[in-house]
Amino acid sequence: MIPIQNQVTLLFPSKSSNEAFARTAAACFAAQLDPTLEELGDVKTAVSEAVTNAIVHAYPKELGVVTLRLRILEGGVFEVTVKDKGVGIPDVAKAREPLYTTGDDARSGMGFTIMESFMDALRVRSVPGKGTTVTMRKRFSPRPGGRG
Amino acid sequence: MSIRLSENNAALTVYLQGEIDHHGARSIMLALDREVCAREPRSLTVDLAGVSFMDSSGIAVLLRCLRRMEETGGTMAVRGTPPQARRVLSAAGLDRILPVDP
Repeated sequence: MIPIQNQVTLLFPSKSSNEAFARTAAACFAAQLDPTLEELGDVKTAVSEAVTNAIVHAYPKELGVVTLRLRILEGGVFEVTVKDKGVGIPDVAKAREPLYTTGDDARSGMGFTIMESFMDALRVRSVPGKGTTVTMRKRFSPRPGGRG
Repeated sequence: MSIRLSENNAALTVYLQGEIDHHGARSIMLALDREVCAREPRSLTVDLAGVSFMDSSGIAVLLRCLRRMEETGGTMAVRGTPPQARRVLSAAGLDRILPVDP
């Protein structure tokens, strides 16, 4: 268990207009780790994918609550958790396969592939009827002069 | 997100500007469908130079354009790709099936 240095938790309704809010909030919080622009772009992209999955898939018939927890862990590790209490994923392994999607035609089925590519670690836990929790971690590269 | 078009001898160029995510992807798809169907270009170039952020919804937009162009025997390319969008296209392998220039 890596010690937590800072954390924030945000709750918002599963409206697609909150996708931009969520990724921007994550990038703002991560900025205190002095990431590179590329690292910040990776975090924004991964958060956008995870939050969009919750918005599109977790609550197909009504609005629900999406929880975004952001943590800064010791050693320059940024942790993102996106949690919903929606319909859940019956087969997580299948859902993580490239090009697999049950969403509309605005989804490509590459969300989990992008999360895996852009973050160092991805864990997906889901219980049908109870909800899904996606946890991602990324260690930012050390910068000259260290972090303040 | 905004869309600007220029056409020259059946060569259509689409300039996308802003952020491409799931929230805005459907309206972009519908607009591009409409323009491609109405103009029937021989070639389509999607210029991403003005795109400040793109997630996998952008892949869905580009794949739909590619399918439309393939249906009519036309060609498609992507240019002006910013670094963040390039990483998304590369992670999805789109740069292996579509010409993607910086």
